[in-house]
Formats: sequence, structure tokens, C-alpha cells
Amino acid sequence: MTLKMEIKEVSKIFGPHPKKTLRLVKEGKSKEEILKKTGHTVGVERVSLDIQEGEMFVIMGLSGSGKSTLIRCLNLLNRPTSGSILVDGEDITTYDRHKLKKYRQKKIAMVFQHFGLFDHRTIIENVSYGLEVRKVPLKKRMEIAQSSLETVGLKGWEDKYPNELSGGMQQRVGLARALANDPDILLMDEPFSALDPLIRREMQLELIDLQNKLQKTVIFITHDVNEAFKIGDRVAVMKDGKVEQVGTPEAILENPANDYIEAFVKDIDRSKIIQAEGVMIKPNALVRLKDGLNVAIKEMKSNGLSSVYVVDKEMRLKGLVTIDDALEAKTAGRSLESIMTDNFEIAAPDDYMQDLIDKAIQTKYPIAIVREEKLVGLVPRAIVLSSLASQ
Amino acid sequence: MFDFPTGLTFHVGNYVSDLVDWLTVHWKTFFDGISNGLLWVFSHFNDFLIWMPWWFFVLVIFLLACQFKSVSSGILFAIFLILIGIFGYWDEMMYTLCLVISSVVISLIIGIPLGIFMAYSKRFEMIAKPILDGMQTMPTFVYLIPALFFFGLGLIPGVLSTIIYALPPVMRLTNLAIRGVPEEVVEASLSFGSSRWQLLTKVQIPQAMPTIMAGINQTTMMALAMVVVASMVGVKGLGLEVLTALGQIDVAKGFEAGISIVFLAIIIDRITLAISNTFQKK
Repeated sequence: MTLKMEIKEVSKIFGPHPKKTLRLVKEGKSKEEILKKTGHTVGVERVSLDIQEGEMFVIMGLSGSGKSTLIRCLNLLNRPTSGSILVDGEDITTYDRHKLKKYRQKKIAMVFQHFGLFDHRTIIENVSYGLEVRKVPLKKRMEIAQSSLETVGLKGWEDKYPNELSGGMQQRVGLARALANDPDILLMDEPFSALDPLIRREMQLELIDLQNKLQKTVIFITHDVNEAFKIGDRVAVMKDGKVEQVGTPEAILENPANDYIEAFVKDIDRSKIIQAEGVMIKPNALVRLKDGLNVAIKEMKSNGLSSVYVVDKEMRLKGLVTIDDALEAKTAGRSLESIMTDNFEIAAPDDYMQDLIDKAIQTKYPIAIVREEKLVGLVPRAIVLSSLASQ
Repeated sequence: MFDFPTGLTFHVGNYVSDLVDWLTVHWKTFFDGISNGLLWVFSHFNDFLIWMPWWFFVLVIFLLACQFKSVSSGILFAIFLILIGIFGYWDEMMYTLCLVISSVVISLIIGIPLGIFMAYSKRFEMIAKPILDGMQTMPTFVYLIPALFFFGLGLIPGVLSTIIYALPPVMRLTNLAIRGVPEEVVEASLSFGSSRWQLLTKVQIPQAMPTIMAGINQTTMMALAMVVVASMVGVKGLGLEVLTALGQIDVAKGFEAGISIVFLAIIIDRITLAISNTFQKK
């Protein structure tokens, strides 16, 4: 992975004398103190982040946490008061007007919370706006805009006006407009929070799909923890203009850096974040196919189990044996193979807990986690069902 | 005790008067230049309007109304115009129309760019706002007096005072309209690397257009409202007819000239409003 964007010690202060106020920030004065004393608002305070190429990087925070201010620093809609932002090794904060224009035209595009569409233009004219600004010839830009509209599934809506479309469709136009410029970096400022929940979920999934195809570097802002953890490869949590923690969703869930984040992730719907891999246990008892009935009974007895999985010597899952069947077979003199059942549930390691819930309800036995036919672990029903209860 | 102390009287009026005298003497060529330029444009435009066959003009108004409003209002406006002709005020109406149109065009040429500048500069807005208030609330007769000194009796002071009176609405509304373009839309335009000029011409002005059109409509109505006042400095047209009727206490003439102004006002207002509405629909 290569480093795409390096945000170094970026601060943004609003007010008539931001540079002077910066000193107070460096002295460690709090936001409230500074506001009271000087009337300046500290939007972002010395934030440093590294963003990798092709990564879906989510910045999460409540309103007033500075996340929107920060994302606007990345295309210089806000000029940072101090600090530097390196994109492909070049510091964009030193750009003059001309270079900045080129940077915005070629490298970076933005999707807005309330779509930011031009309602005097048709959909296709909206989508081709970035190309028009770059003076791409009409025919060419219509072609690109057309294919961009098709990417987001809005074929046939070219000549409508934005207010003839639903919210979800309008945001697709916003996305198509950003994609038409073929930027390396896509900034998304709470793109789905103005949409109703059903549409939001649909758009999240589509964005993940699209990202798998296009492999852009996406910087995504949200105030919704579930959204952040669902779509983010890595998540940065912001509070009062500062970044509190950066990490993968699972790492943050496992080890919240402080009480604030812990409180934040408490309401999270874990079943949508945690994968089977994260909770599965190594089976403490297993029976090989060649071991036979007696070993199976012994294994269950010594481990206090009522059932055990049977594997071959390559760890391929063959079946399940219960203690009742085993004891009965023993007196009847039957073999291990004859009493194996496939009356159990299997799942993949990257399945979400959410998908395991139904399986846990249907079966009496632990869920077998199988990767390429091999048994890699078990998820006891208790774990799945208790995760449901803790919500 | 309760009366305002007489010792405190002090007149600024004299100084204003002196300034006007000084300007009249020393800036004569400047004012003459404006005067001659305006007069040239105006008289040619007026000649054209008068030269136009009456039925052609009625037809143009009818078609405009049909296009932007409805056939029934087209018919109504045509009847209005013919009525004005029947009253014997056709040429006067054309003269008034010419005054209104040229004042409005000049107001727009000055007002829209200044309004845009106002939207961009907080400081200019701060200075311009009270001046605009003054232009609108100062009794119009007051600035007719210096206008008389600079340009003499006749059309030019009439046009100028009409412009002063009609300029504020379009300037104010242009300012408001540009400022009213949603922040995110401006950001969206900038985020794609638009230049200032592209932002203005491709996004801000088109987005502001419905409000600017409302400003143009208001400006036109203000210009029309000045018609009678302007006639006091010798501008011809419908206003002068009203004024003469007033002098002669001629109710009949007053009514005919007055109702002609109302007809003209209705036609201009409805058509400009209808045109501005077409911008709103999108």
C-alpha cells in the first residue's frame, strides 16, 4: 500500500486573527477558553492522519467535532491555519491559485450532504460540470457524463432537473458528478445523512460495491457510528476538533482508547461489524474419521460435550456425532460413519454475526466455521444469541 | 423653555447649494457630455417607437402576452393599448414607454454589476445600503432641483431622476440573490476547480436569476411611478398630460391620462412578471 495523503498537524481557526490565536491553542488552552477570550472558533486542532491509496477512510464525529471543517481543508475550501497536507508527496497548502484549480479539477472531487446540485441545470449538465470547467469538448464530456450516470444507475434521467428526483437519486447525481472527473480522491461529506434509512442502507452497500470496482481513495465523513464501522476500512473518531482514535473498526471496538469512544461504540450494532472469525473458538474436541466410535465417546465425555464434529486428516469437515447416537451405536455395534449427521449449520469466517443469528436459532449445535471446506473454528450458539440480547 | 433653542440653528443647505453651483460651473463639459449622449440614444429610440405602425406594436404586445401569459391577457392588453390610442395619447404613451425602457436599461446596466459587487464585498455593501435607502426615501422632487441645474429643463433630468429612483430594487435584489445561493452549491462549484468567473457565470447568476428578475420587475414599476414626477421638469408624455389636467382642473382629461398610465403599468408589470416566472419554474 502506498501513502496517498498525509495530513500533518493541521489546524483551522475561524475568526479575524487566526494566526495569533494559534499560539493560544499551542499553549494548550481549551476551545471554550479561546472562544470566550478572543471570539475565535477552533475548528480543527492539530490533526495528523495518514491515508493510504485505495482506502475507504471514515472520519466520524458528532456535530461540532470539526469533521466537516477538516474535510474542507483537504480541497482547500477551508485554508488550514497551520500544518501541511501532502498529496502524492506535494504540499497542497502551498499551491497558488492556478495549481489549486488544477488540483481540484484533476485529483479530488467532493460529494455534499445536501447534494449541492445546480438546480438550473439538467442532470447530465450537472454531471458534466467538472468537465465543462476543465474545458473538455462538449461531445466528449457528454459521453463521460453518460457513462458516469450509468455507473450510478441513473440511465434515462439525463434531461430531468434535480428537483424532479428523489433524495437518493439526487445523491447519485452528486456521486456521478464527482466520478465523472475521475479523481484519485473522493471526499464525501455526510453524503447519506439527508436520506431516509432504507435508502441510506442501499446507498451504503452500493458505495461499497462501487469502491470494490473503482478502488478510489475515499474520505468519508459521518456522524453515524454504524455507518462508519460498516463501510470504513479504517475509522478516525473526532471530538472537539481533535482526533481521538484511529484504527480499523474491529480494533476500535476491541480497544476503545478512552471513555468517550467507549460510550460512542456502546450503541453500535455489533452484529453488523463483528465477523465470525472474530468470535470463533478453536474446537477443543475433534474426532478424526479413522478414530472410531470409542474415541468419539471419550472425547465428548472428557470435555463435557453432547456433540462433536468429525474431520478427515486434512481437517475437512465430514459430519457431526451426538453423544446419544454414539452410545446407542456402541451397544448396537455400528460404526462412527453410520451415525454421522449433516444436521448442523456452517458459515464462512467473514460472515457477519448478523447472518449467524438465524442459523443459531435453527440448530442445536455450535456453528461450524469453514474456509475452503476445512473446519477452522466453532461459534457456540450462546455467543451469537447473547450478542443479540446485548443490543 | 419648551421650544428648540433658536441660537442653535445652522444651515447645511447653503453648502449643498454652493457645491451644486460649483459643479455646474466647473463640470459643465462632463454634464453636457452625458446629456448629449443620452439625448441621442433616447431620441433615436423614441423615433423608432413612433415610426412603428400602431397595429404592429399592439401585435407585439399581444404575442408577448400569449407567449408568457395567456391568450386572454393578450387580448386584454391589446384592448388597453387601443383604448389609450382612442383617448388620443398614443404618441404620449410611446414617449413615456421610451422613458421607462431607457431608464430601466440604464438602471440594469449599472445596478446588476454593482449588486454583484455588493454581494462579494461586505464593505461595499455596508456603504451602499444607506445610500440606496436614501435614494428611495428622499422625496424625488429634491433631486430634481440639482438635476435641473446640471442639465436644464427637459428629458435628461427626468431620465436621471428616474434612474436614481429605479436603481435600488434591482441592485438590492441582485445582492440578495447572489448571497442567497446555497453555500454548498458554491462550494460544489469551487470544488471542481471553477474560477471566480466560472462560478459567477455558470452557477451564481443562473441560480440568482429568479430573484434578479423580480428586481427587474420592481425597477420597471418604480420607473413608471416616476413618470408624473418627471413631467414637472418638463418631460413630455402621459405624465405631462396628467400634470396639465391638474393645472387646468380638468377632471375628464385627468382621468383619461391617468387611466392610460394605469393601463401601461398593468401591461408592463404583468409581462415582466410573467417572464420572471419562467425562470422560477425550473
